[in-house]
Amino acid sequence: MTKVFVSHNNIISSLGFTTKDVVEKVSDEVSGIQLIDNPSLFNQKFYSSLVDKSILNQKFKALQPDSEYTLLEQMMISSLQSSVLASGIEIDNRVGLIISTTKGNVDALDQNNTFPKERAYLSELGKAVASFFNFKNDAIIVSNACVSGVLALAIAKRYISQGTYDHVFVVGGDLVTPFILSGFNSFQALSDTICQPYDANRKGINIGEVAVSALVTKNEGNLSEDAVEILGEASCNDANHISGPSRTGEGLFRSMQSAFRQAKIQPNSIDYISAHGTATSYNDEMEAIAFNRMQLQDVPMNSLKGYFGHTLGASGLLETVIGMNALKNNMLYTSLGFNELGVSKPINVIEKPQKTELTTFLKTASGFGGCNTAIILKKLKKND
Amino acid sequence: MTSKHHILSYCKIRNNTITLNEGVVFHEEDNSDFPTFIKSAYHHLETAYPKFFKMDDLSKLAFLATDILLKNEQLDEQNDNNIAVVFSNRASSLETDRAHQKTIQNSENYYPSPAIFVYTLPNICIGEISIKHKLYSENSFFIFDNFNADHLFDYANSLLEDRKADKVLCGWVEFDANHYDAFIYLVDKNGSIEHTPQTILKLYNT
Repeated sequence: MTKVFVSHNNIISSLGFTTKDVVEKVSDEVSGIQLIDNPSLFNQKFYSSLVDKSILNQKFKALQPDSEYTLLEQMMISSLQSSVLASGIEIDNRVGLIISTTKGNVDALDQNNTFPKERAYLSELGKAVASFFNFKNDAIIVSNACVSGVLALAIAKRYISQGTYDHVFVVGGDLVTPFILSGFNSFQALSDTICQPYDANRKGINIGEVAVSALVTKNEGNLSEDAVEILGEASCNDANHISGPSRTGEGLFRSMQSAFRQAKIQPNSIDYISAHGTATSYNDEMEAIAFNRMQLQDVPMNSLKGYFGHTLGASGLLETVIGMNALKNNMLYTSLGFNELGVSKPINVIEKPQKTELTTFLKTASGFGGCNTAIILKKLKKND
Repeated sequence: MTSKHHILSYCKIRNNTITLNEGVVFHEEDNSDFPTFIKSAYHHLETAYPKFFKMDDLSKLAFLATDILLKNEQLDEQNDNNIAVVFSNRASSLETDRAHQKTIQNSENYYPSPAIFVYTLPNICIGEISIKHKLYSENSFFIFDNFNADHLFDYANSLLEDRKADKVLCGWVEFDANHYDAFIYLVDKNGSIEHTPQTILKLYNT
């Protein structure tokens, strides 16, 4: 069985443009979410975590692009550039590219957008990113709602195990757009405060934006300091409802069971859970039920949505990279926004930063369409 | 080299015609539009699933193709069927994205609706299928510029070899500005057609 690792990575977000900067902010319990008053995005004030576009612009210009790129492409390319450079990997035909996104350049559909409407095709996004780096293979685009980011890592591993590629660069990203805000608002899912995952007073989600990239590789040489091995992964459907989670957490429970089976470890080997925690009433409750069914209720867990909001197709990748750094730093990071347990089953939500020896973590995600994923990751290097 | 897996059955919906394996199961002569055609097919095939009418066109297309194929397999739906669903297309959910965009383009006429917005994700059609056939299984939706037999082949093999699934329902379900094309096929250990990229491509093209 081929060992597969998640290695060199980058995060572009409201909390900074490198993984190191972002992790420091998370460690200091700094949220990137602010009250935004921007009528061109939404007709009312809303809480969100937005990338600083002037810094992005500077950073992207330094790459000397020779054509026009959309905002999302600029974010993805800037992030990927860092990971590609850090990896030292030469892009040849053994290197794959996976893009994880829910809506891509959907803002191109807006009549006032300067890009042609064809840019909204996800394959155009794939071509733009792949051609910038001269990838020899076409981009594989994963669009599987809010589990896309975690699923993309699992898919990268599967293609490496099949021998399709030796290395895969995964990049995830979604923008905060009128399209997304109006849609989630029509579901009455947006919180009018900073989101509070698992809390008794939670009112719903904040939408945020990031671009995140990571190398997935079978090569044990030149791994990053925060590299982890993928021990197991799985994705299972609830077979219950297209826009609401299963009341019994069935799909998430089965995803975890299957991931543990592949990892050949027991739930008591998990030191930390990076959960989905959108801060909607139903999602958080469903997760608490599923973690209890898996007997993981005592394991320290957090949701990182209180730092970044829900970053959709990138969220799972973002939270995996933060989790990798939790292991590297042997630190449990606070689940921001949590004060009082607001789910019907006991769970061990992290209330303050805590130094403790960490080796293995579980990352989960759930999304529209009834999809769920779980991935189990183990660190390679001991750091103090 | 002989393939380890086989294609058990396949279904296509294109040009007002539905075929299951070699045979035509429904055909409409006149040049009716997609909504009329798919509704006639739904009734003709005795689908009897009222939720169908709430679905967007991509979901209707993917749902009906799958329903025809899985009905023919006579699954025991009282017990778990570990059939993974791996779909792909070019346009993602773009046709419904355009519909949602229309509801928010004009601030004077602003009417976003959750009933439309929920279908602005391509994997929702897999959710609909999973609910109908009680599939608590692996699912993923890929976007490619063209039908990509090589990737579907590798991915299905990976799911079967890692024992993530007993069977894999793969395919291409495309709906974009009145152009539609569905080709789905079920990969299993046994079957009469070899599971290779060449046979997949041949079935898609004929």
